[in-house]
Amino acid sequence: MAVTVREPARQRVDRLERIWAEPRGVFGWLTTTDHKRIGLLYFFTALAFFGAGGIEALLMRAQLSEPNEKLLSPETYDQLMTMHGVTMIFLFVIPMTTGAFGNYLVPLMIGARDMAFPRMNALSYWLFLASGLFMYYSVFTHAAPNAGWFDYVPLALNQFSPGRNIDFYALGLIFNGIASTATAINLIATTFKLRAPGMSMNRMPLFCFAILAVSLSLIFALPSLTADLVFLELQRNLGFHFFDVANGGDPLLWQHLFWLFGHPEVYIIILPAFGIATSIIPTFARRKMIFPLVALAELLVAFIGFGVWAHRMFATGLPTITLVFFAAASMMVVIPSAIQIFAWTVTVALGRPEFRTPLLFIGGFILLFVIGGLSGIMFAAIPFDQATTDTYFVVAHFHFIIFGAAVFPILGGFYYWFPKITGRLYHEGLGKLSFWLTFLGTALTFFPMHILGLIGMPRRVYTYPSSLGWGPYNLSETVGAFILTAGLLVIFGNLVWSRFRGPPAGPDPWHGGTLEWATTSPPPPYNFPVIPVVTSAYPNWDRDDRRADAGRLERGELVLDEGHETPASTVVDAVPDEVVEMPGESPWPLAVALCTALLFVMLLTRHYAVAGIFAAMTLLAVAAWHSQEPQEQ
Amino acid sequence: MREVRKEIRPNRAVFEPGERGGLRRSLVRAGWIATGAAAALVFPAAAWAGDDQNALHPASKQEHSISVLWWVMLAGCSIGFCVVATLLLLGWVRRNRDSLPFGGGDRAGTAIVVGLGVFVPIVVLSSLFVWSDLFLIRTTEAPAANSTRMSIQVIGHDWWWEVRYPGGRAVTANEIHIPVRTRVDVAGTTADVIHSFWVPELNRKADLIPGRVNHLLLDADRPGEYRGQCAEFCGQQHAHMAMYVFADPPDVFRRWLANEERPARQPATAQAREGQHLFLSLPCSGCHMIRGTSADGTIGPDLTHLATRKTLAALTLPNHPPDLARWIEDPQRYKPGSKMPGFSLTSRERDALVAYLEGLK
Repeated sequence: MAVTVREPARQRVDRLERIWAEPRGVFGWLTTTDHKRIGLLYFFTALAFFGAGGIEALLMRAQLSEPNEKLLSPETYDQLMTMHGVTMIFLFVIPMTTGAFGNYLVPLMIGARDMAFPRMNALSYWLFLASGLFMYYSVFTHAAPNAGWFDYVPLALNQFSPGRNIDFYALGLIFNGIASTATAINLIATTFKLRAPGMSMNRMPLFCFAILAVSLSLIFALPSLTADLVFLELQRNLGFHFFDVANGGDPLLWQHLFWLFGHPEVYIIILPAFGIATSIIPTFARRKMIFPLVALAELLVAFIGFGVWAHRMFATGLPTITLVFFAAASMMVVIPSAIQIFAWTVTVALGRPEFRTPLLFIGGFILLFVIGGLSGIMFAAIPFDQATTDTYFVVAHFHFIIFGAAVFPILGGFYYWFPKITGRLYHEGLGKLSFWLTFLGTALTFFPMHILGLIGMPRRVYTYPSSLGWGPYNLSETVGAFILTAGLLVIFGNLVWSRFRGPPAGPDPWHGGTLEWATTSPPPPYNFPVIPVVTSAYPNWDRDDRRADAGRLERGELVLDEGHETPASTVVDAVPDEVVEMPGESPWPLAVALCTALLFVMLLTRHYAVAGIFAAMTLLAVAAWHSQEPQEQ
Repeated sequence: MREVRKEIRPNRAVFEPGERGGLRRSLVRAGWIATGAAAALVFPAAAWAGDDQNALHPASKQEHSISVLWWVMLAGCSIGFCVVATLLLLGWVRRNRDSLPFGGGDRAGTAIVVGLGVFVPIVVLSSLFVWSDLFLIRTTEAPAANSTRMSIQVIGHDWWWEVRYPGGRAVTANEIHIPVRTRVDVAGTTADVIHSFWVPELNRKADLIPGRVNHLLLDADRPGEYRGQCAEFCGQQHAHMAMYVFADPPDVFRRWLANEERPARQPATAQAREGQHLFLSLPCSGCHMIRGTSADGTIGPDLTHLATRKTLAALTLPNHPPDLARWIEDPQRYKPGSKMPGFSLTSRERDALVAYLEGLK
């Protein structure tokens, strides 16, 4: 909604500009609490880690391109393999989906002016950045974690992994978990409390439902991982015995706790991608999604995801009755996924689709996700799982899920929201080219892995003999990986070029249905000059409502130009119930993150007394932060 | 609705100048068909590819049921994929048609989603569950105690397999001999980290976990050599932790076992005697056992009948004298991280050692 230029409205908008302005330059970025700026920080940081994880993948693919290749030493390969997994999951996908997309879009989609806890939002980002740098420091000292991202004990214990490698992993992920938990809490509070008047639960955008489901999953799944990592550190550094059999421990404890986190994690990775798909499809298919069913399916996936972890452990000799229970749960989780797949495809099939680049990526996503999902069902057939687990068949399966089902929508989302974020349009032809390169590259990279698994290639091997016929498949995968990289580079080039040279996009180039398209591109720091009032699930398609917003701006209703404020509303019906004073920019989140980072460095180097000092400093910084509370009015 | 359509049009005119054409469309369609055909051909190709460690080349009843399960699921999944792809294709064919309505009712859509997304999966998945997880699983389950003719112990080590036969008299490494068409129980444990025992042509895999004994049935249908490999990441040389299972005709197996149970042969030549002397005086005997001599190490594989094996270092090298010589001189070159150190030997010493070891029939 372009801002109308009548005088009273103009004055109100000017006031909002003054109230919400942040300092310019680097200092502004370091102290920012604007969810859009924090979203962009998340975006660029996660993108950098995506690059690092991608380089690791290409090095591994080069090593595996032919039998008995000697490019990498086994130790280097193991470090690359571990860091690739850790990076892509913890430093790319989760920060990209919840941190970048969630942060930038959720307040815009629900018509709020910021996240519920803006300074905690900044803290999440700085903690995430620090944890990523903490883990990557190990790469440059050639002491990166090397026991796989799943880090099974006893391999990860001191006896078999002396050195700091595993401590970088364990401490780094505990550290990272704090950031993810803070983001999740923030997103839950935001979606529950800051929705625009009238946006009752059944009108909340499906993207926000997906983010809500993910955030709930995160706060329930992460404690399990954190506990596991704390046990591991206690055993490695302080002589506890959680996992060693000789002293009454059990190595399977690690696996249970790890997968109790690790399987919901899969849904944490793909649910936001589902949310992106459910945003893009209605816009380009010009048809609404089937609402309650899909929202329910998103929440159900997150919920059932907690009951399936042991299917990662079918070969560990658990009793058959346990296997059967988890196999049944693993089959149940198919149903909410199937609901979503058919909801997407039916919407495309019955709508009036325009296959622009974002929808192409979503089409690719659906095809890849269906392949990955179907091969996932196969793992619920216990004998087949026990035959193919820990082979390349699994690698194929989860790359179709993680790359196909999570990264494709993310890439589609880059294109889709690019005009909103930059105010410019990307190049459509290059966009389509990048899709086909990425899609074919993905298929060529990951599809042959199914066959490799069936013909016996185990996962996590740094080399293989020439006698087993695995060479040609591996070579084609390596070629595919480079085509895929070319596709990603075209996306990158397209977006960089368009950022500076693209034609202006206007507020709503796609005629999207959700509220982020109701404001200017890029959105102003206060997001909306007037808080929109919502009467349906696709508020931006209700032209009369949006005209009414413009009228309210002139009359000064719901403009909130008296202070740094956003309205809060009731959880279910979104009836406005208070006006919340939002805290302004602050250097304290960065200070807290710095102290925490130093605390973890000291834990790593086993200077426990100094670590205690930094723990105290962290608490002091938190206290200083709270001395600056916004005043109640 | 009218008004809405007008709003969209300018965008298209500006950014997507006429991109339709019959040729292009048919090309794209052909592409889809080709992709589908390729996908249909690729998987069956797996059945013929790779002869050595192929899960789709069953040589036992257990693996046969796993591969049947695979082919049935592949068929089902292909149908599922085609249904979804067809819906998407329908959207593709109907793309950019202004005459189609904007928005649209939910009822037809909901019916399809509930039908295909709820009812069909419930029926299909329940059937799969009952068949595979309640019935088929019985063939691949761990054998009941005392239901097998023979029980062998397999112990995973970094990075090789120790194999012990009943009574503990026969101990070997990396090459497991079993009698064909006989139910053999493998009792798997580990000496260090978690490994996973997997011989794809014979059965599923079983993890070898500290503090646990996991059982697996081997029951080969026909004589042959079946390659297997560690399937759980176990450190640097996980890639070089392979094994053979030889399914022998009963008389061949009995002869082999009887020989394995005997202590090592005495060296027959002067060179071999020198080799034995070297073996016992160098650090070799601290790690390796040669029954009948004073070498009683347990860190590395038992070498009592090394010469009867086809391979060295968990299938890293073939067991030929020149390879053995190279291995003894520089194991770290072939298996970096292995516990075996290299030895700088004179060529005379090396040849003597090889002569001794290759005489251990």
